[in-house]
Amino acid sequence: MTPDLECTDLTKRFGDTTAVENVTFSVPPGSFFSILGPSGCGKTTIMRMIAGFLEPSHGDIRIKGRSVLNVPPNKRPVNMVFQHLALFPMMNIADNIGYGLRRAGLSRADIDRKVQEALERISLPGIGARRVEELSGGQKQRVAIARCMVLEPDVLLLDEPLGALDLKLRERMKVELKSLQAAFDTTFVYITHDQSEALVMSDAIAVMNEGRFEQIGTGRDLYYRPDTAFVAGFVGDTNRWGGRIERLDGDSMALRTDTGMILRGATHGRAFAVGDRADVFVRPEAIRISYAEDDLSQFDNRLSGRVTSILFDGAASRVIVSGADGPGEIEVNLPQSGEFAALTKGAEVHIGWASDQGNCFAAGAR
Amino acid sequence: MRSEARLGLALLLTPLLLWLSLLIFLPHVDIFLVSLRERIGVGKYQISFANYLTFFNEPLYLWTFFRTAVMSMLATVITLLIAFPVSYYIAKMVKGRVQSGLFLLCLVPFWVSELVRTFGWMILLRETGIFSKLLQAIGLSDGPVEMLYNDGAIMLGLVYTSMLFMVVPLVTTLESLPDEVIEAGYDLGGNGVSVLREIIIPHAMPGIVSGCIVVFMLSLGNYLTPTMLGGKESLWFTELIYSQFIVRFNWELGAAFGFMLLILSSAIVWGMLKLTGQSLEKTMG
Amino acid sequence: MKKQSIMLSTAAVALALLSGGAPASADTLRLLTWGGYAPDDVIAKFEAETGHTVEVTKSNNEEMIAKLRATGGGGFDLAQPSQDRIAGPQEEFGIYKPIDMSQIDTSLFIPSMLEATKGNTMVGADVYGVPHVWGTSGLVVDTKMAGMVKDYTDLCSDDVAGKVSYRLKRPTLIGFAFSMGLDPFAAYGDEAAYADIMSKVEAKLVECKPGVKTYWGGGDELMGLLRSGEVVASMAWDTGGWKLNADNPDITFVAPAAGALGWVDTFVLPAKGKSDAAAYAWINFVMQPEVAAMITAAAGNFTASLGADEFADADLKARYQASFPQEAIDNIKWYPPVPAGLEAIEGGVLDRVKAAN
Repeated sequence: MTPDLECTDLTKRFGDTTAVENVTFSVPPGSFFSILGPSGCGKTTIMRMIAGFLEPSHGDIRIKGRSVLNVPPNKRPVNMVFQHLALFPMMNIADNIGYGLRRAGLSRADIDRKVQEALERISLPGIGARRVEELSGGQKQRVAIARCMVLEPDVLLLDEPLGALDLKLRERMKVELKSLQAAFDTTFVYITHDQSEALVMSDAIAVMNEGRFEQIGTGRDLYYRPDTAFVAGFVGDTNRWGGRIERLDGDSMALRTDTGMILRGATHGRAFAVGDRADVFVRPEAIRISYAEDDLSQFDNRLSGRVTSILFDGAASRVIVSGADGPGEIEVNLPQSGEFAALTKGAEVHIGWASDQGNCFAAGAR
Repeated sequence: MRSEARLGLALLLTPLLLWLSLLIFLPHVDIFLVSLRERIGVGKYQISFANYLTFFNEPLYLWTFFRTAVMSMLATVITLLIAFPVSYYIAKMVKGRVQSGLFLLCLVPFWVSELVRTFGWMILLRETGIFSKLLQAIGLSDGPVEMLYNDGAIMLGLVYTSMLFMVVPLVTTLESLPDEVIEAGYDLGGNGVSVLREIIIPHAMPGIVSGCIVVFMLSLGNYLTPTMLGGKESLWFTELIYSQFIVRFNWELGAAFGFMLLILSSAIVWGMLKLTGQSLEKTMG
Repeated sequence: MKKQSIMLSTAAVALALLSGGAPASADTLRLLTWGGYAPDDVIAKFEAETGHTVEVTKSNNEEMIAKLRATGGGGFDLAQPSQDRIAGPQEEFGIYKPIDMSQIDTSLFIPSMLEATKGNTMVGADVYGVPHVWGTSGLVVDTKMAGMVKDYTDLCSDDVAGKVSYRLKRPTLIGFAFSMGLDPFAAYGDEAAYADIMSKVEAKLVECKPGVKTYWGGGDELMGLLRSGEVVASMAWDTGGWKLNADNPDITFVAPAAGALGWVDTFVLPAKGKSDAAAYAWINFVMQPEVAAMITAAAGNFTASLGADEFADADLKARYQASFPQEAIDNIKWYPPVPAGLEAIEGGVLDRVKAAN
């Protein structure tokens, strides 16, 4: 099947700085594709090249197999939901949604019908005559999407459209966006710096850093099998130790941290040599906490320490444990079994994790 | 507490109100009363509408009145047509130092007085002036060209004098239009013309209207530019008022003219606001 | 050049209201005069000799009267309108006060001029003006380019079409009337006759309009037009012609065949003047022959001061004599006092000429 969107070797230079460097990816029809990266990584530049507001320095963009390089933005079969939505304040809601249809030269009756359908689709029937400023943030969001979707674009681009919303609404809109995408059955390309938005909604995510794609994969892949140290550090929370490799044995390895402690980890197929500097990443939820050291006998990494602080956050509560002999502060997820409800600061605890939960990357590698 | 605050506000506003009433309101009342006097003999007056009747019965005055209004409107439209792209360029196409530099350039002519500016144009346009010499030098004309003393010269002077007052409100409103709204207009299938018509102009409407009001009033009330650049063909309504007051000692008719000008400008501004569906609060606020 | 007139009078009224309470210092002379009539060196000498200080406001006939009218004759201690513009406005607006002739050193004046001015500025039994500077207006001509221009109506000749200028003011109406063989001064007392004369002048001026380069408004503008050669013949004051003659011998003042128009600028006391003593002191000071000569040097015109000719610049005298042979002097038409109400007739004519195509 031809991908809806395909970028090959996409590069954009502004003077001496390279904003986007040799980015290649393809998005299959009907999928939700996210580009995740810190601000300034070049993701907006990619988006603007796809929409046609920027000319790539090099590379090709194909939509449904056809190159759109020489097609102006108003002729491309893609539409964009802007960061601040960019609804037209001088028009009412129906005119906003009908704008593109009017430009396409549809008859007034067709426009009215399609606008009504779109409003029903986004569950806001009967608001056509209202003014933009009368709508709530979430309603504006849906109108902005409807305004694009009435044009039946091959690809819908979304540029951090949830950024301006408050937390609660953002959580709800994540779910809503995903269901709207399913309802319209259109390819969405979504850019964000918020990993949770990307992880929740996307079929595939590209993690971007300094103009390049670090890794493309499902949320699960990125989370559990990061290809690079950047992905490991950027997607999800993690503990990180630097040290030197002491011993290699097939997929497992042992690393002596700079504070002198031995940690066991897995190479996951990456090539190392004894003596290399490396970083080990371990997620807080992979670490088990216990009052009794015996409970942790199945783990090959074990430590004892004291609780230095408790970060209560409901289901996402954590403790910070300071190791008795070395590795500094370790973030550990608190199990919700109630067993640790009485845990206090200063309490002595034992922690442990399996070595294959320790992702290891060569130090300095990106 | 409330009454104290109200007293404070009243005290704060008193100088302003005094200033407004003494320097603006009272003189207008006075002018109106003067306009109702009819001279019936040496130093003798009676109250009548004779001055207004003179105005309506003399085709010359009506013609001048009409001509001044039409020329001012034309000057306003031309100013708008020139200032809009300039303002769009300043507000949207350039950033930072270039932007403030260009803005400053619009301001430069206002560092000298209107008289000097008008003299500058006279030096450029006169028969022995720079443009005439230039045209002869590059062979476009084989004799001196007089560009002064006609309606075109008046129009040029009015537009030049008014430009800044159009550019400032336009730049302000255009700057408040987010770039992404314009981009959205293109993204959803609009071309340059439709984005301009459906998005940029409706957004800039308050600026357009307030700029037009200011420019129109300035042109209507201008005295120097039409008289100096227009020469023998100038015929501007303010000139009539001036000559009634100063040359003819006929303050009564001059005051009536003054009031007619006030009514005309108010009526046209009101019409303009109604036509564009704007309100004074929206455009001036 | 003036601001919008509508504001002028209202602002003047407002200012008069605001400043009404503050008495002017008795030894400050607020002088409302023409450019050149109070040169800096004369002021410095006067201030040194008398201890009074002088504040000068430059203006012209119409504005002087308008200003004084706006304030009811206040704001100035001494003014200098032309003698023909005193009796009429005084009757109509009462903006002057009578002159106490005992305060004036009459021996400094040329007797015939003093008597003529006194007669012209009389209202009832009171004298309102004494003469100061006199001069004429006529034609300034570039003799090489427009030697044929000898009279006001010659400005309408096809030979100089597009290269002539005049003011759209009353001197032009009067000059054209004389040149057309009419006598407007004789008709001053008869409004109907005057209106008839003016309507003929109006027709002539409308007919001439296409050949006019522009109606000049200020002296500097006229100088520029003549110097650049854009205009080769114009109505103007004698001094303007002589000034240009100094730079370009071809251009000079010509007394028109119908007669130059003679004017006398006077001293009058505004009705609400506050320092009459300083005003009289100024009059007696500037009429001294040496001082009068200094004013002649600055303004270019001669004064009514007896014996000042001796001190006048030889070049100026030579130019005066070249422009005014004896018969031309005898032919000067001196403005009689303008009766109130004539301005309205003239104004209508001027407006219609201006609007004509």
